[in-house]
Amino acid sequence: MPLWDWNYAFEILPDLLWALVTTIEITLLGSVVALLLGLVFAVLRRLHIPVLDQVLWAFIEVVRSTPLLVQVFFLFFVLPQFGVTLSAFVVGVVGLGVHYATYTSEVYRAGIDAIPKGQWEACTALSLPRLRIWTGVILPQAVPRVLPALGNYVISMFKEVPLLLAIGVVEVVNEARELGSLTFRYTEPYTIAGLLFLLLSYPASMLVRRLERRRVHA
Amino acid sequence: MENLPQIVGVLSDGLPETVIATLGGVLLTIILSIVAGLLLLSSSRTVRGVTRVYVEGFRGTSEVVQLFWIYFVLPVLVGFQLLPLFAGIVVLGLNHGAYGAEIVRGAVRSVPRAQYEGAIALSLSPAQRMRRVILPQAVVEMLPPFNNLFIQLLKSSAILALITVPEVTRQAREVLIPNFGADTLLIFGVTFVIYLVLAALITLVMRLLERMASARLGRRPSRAARAAARAAGPTGTEGVAV
Repeated sequence: MPLWDWNYAFEILPDLLWALVTTIEITLLGSVVALLLGLVFAVLRRLHIPVLDQVLWAFIEVVRSTPLLVQVFFLFFVLPQFGVTLSAFVVGVVGLGVHYATYTSEVYRAGIDAIPKGQWEACTALSLPRLRIWTGVILPQAVPRVLPALGNYVISMFKEVPLLLAIGVVEVVNEARELGSLTFRYTEPYTIAGLLFLLLSYPASMLVRRLERRRVHA
Repeated sequence: MENLPQIVGVLSDGLPETVIATLGGVLLTIILSIVAGLLLLSSSRTVRGVTRVYVEGFRGTSEVVQLFWIYFVLPVLVGFQLLPLFAGIVVLGLNHGAYGAEIVRGAVRSVPRAQYEGAIALSLSPAQRMRRVILPQAVVEMLPPFNNLFIQLLKSSAILALITVPEVTRQAREVLIPNFGADTLLIFGVTFVIYLVLAALITLVMRLLERMASARLGRRPSRAARAAARAAGPTGTEGVAV
């Protein structure tokens, strides 16, 4: 038996590509959660609301310091006991999204902290309402600066989707495993799976790097 | 609640595997980061190119794929099977070493040019220059991002559960869930606490090292570097461009 069988490789490619679509779907939906929730976390923490501030801090620390896999298991096994049963796909989106929201909140925070004090003072001088200060002055300056960092996190999320095979989500690696178990040939499925990740995430990270460089020079 | 002692017992049975995997992974990460990081700064194009392939290859693919590849595919190609724990340590090291290489490269490059020129003026050999002048200053820069990277590695060690290593996460999933199905909240609560404590230990040791490395240079640890590393997180080794 040859080490690498091209016919077999081409035969399984369509199935793997279909599974890749699921991976991308989870990545994109998870990104929406992470990017929005992270912004909410960052703004809420900046408002220094007593009690909520400490609770949020503790929540972010716990989520940041514990494995995503354990958090996914938590959502998958604990929530149903409280009457909330989510499909594996939704658990994946929520788990990935909340986990990365704790990272993106730090990124937004750095962006907000970098806004010169004069901008805040000018807002006060113009007596802008709270909401206008955030939506009209601070965030439009803070968010574009941190786009490359946020982009990096989206790429990281993409690479973490295979974890979800532990709860039965059929993404690329799980599909590769199932294909392999039919024929007992694992070389082609796992190698192709790896190449698919590289093929998407390498150009994406190049793009982010270019964005980063443009910002530095701008 | 009455099952708490058993739950803690089963989870702590997995503790040695988690700790060994993390420590082994950290050791391999340090070695690979320094070697690959310095090779990325080599003057030879070929050396830089080959190192780039390693760094981008491991940063560009999923850690789970790397784990499955080394555990399931490599044995077919080379004819021998790695022990699960050993395969896990190799993957944790190779993967995080690729991220660490960028940290080392960035830190070495951040040492001011005058330091090189001063070392050359004192006619130090290239090796002396690196060891006695550049690296001690670069190390101070490296420690905060490495703290993040090691915590990331600790968290990644949970994926070894997928290749049957009986570490903490696998103990929770495969031993406790089937037997104490009613206590899931307790099971994962204790699991979270275990990882939190381990992460806190890593930070404690790294802060200590930071203080020692800074003291050697007659500095105090910089809060700014730590804050930047936190915002940059586990992947953005270039730092947030703000």
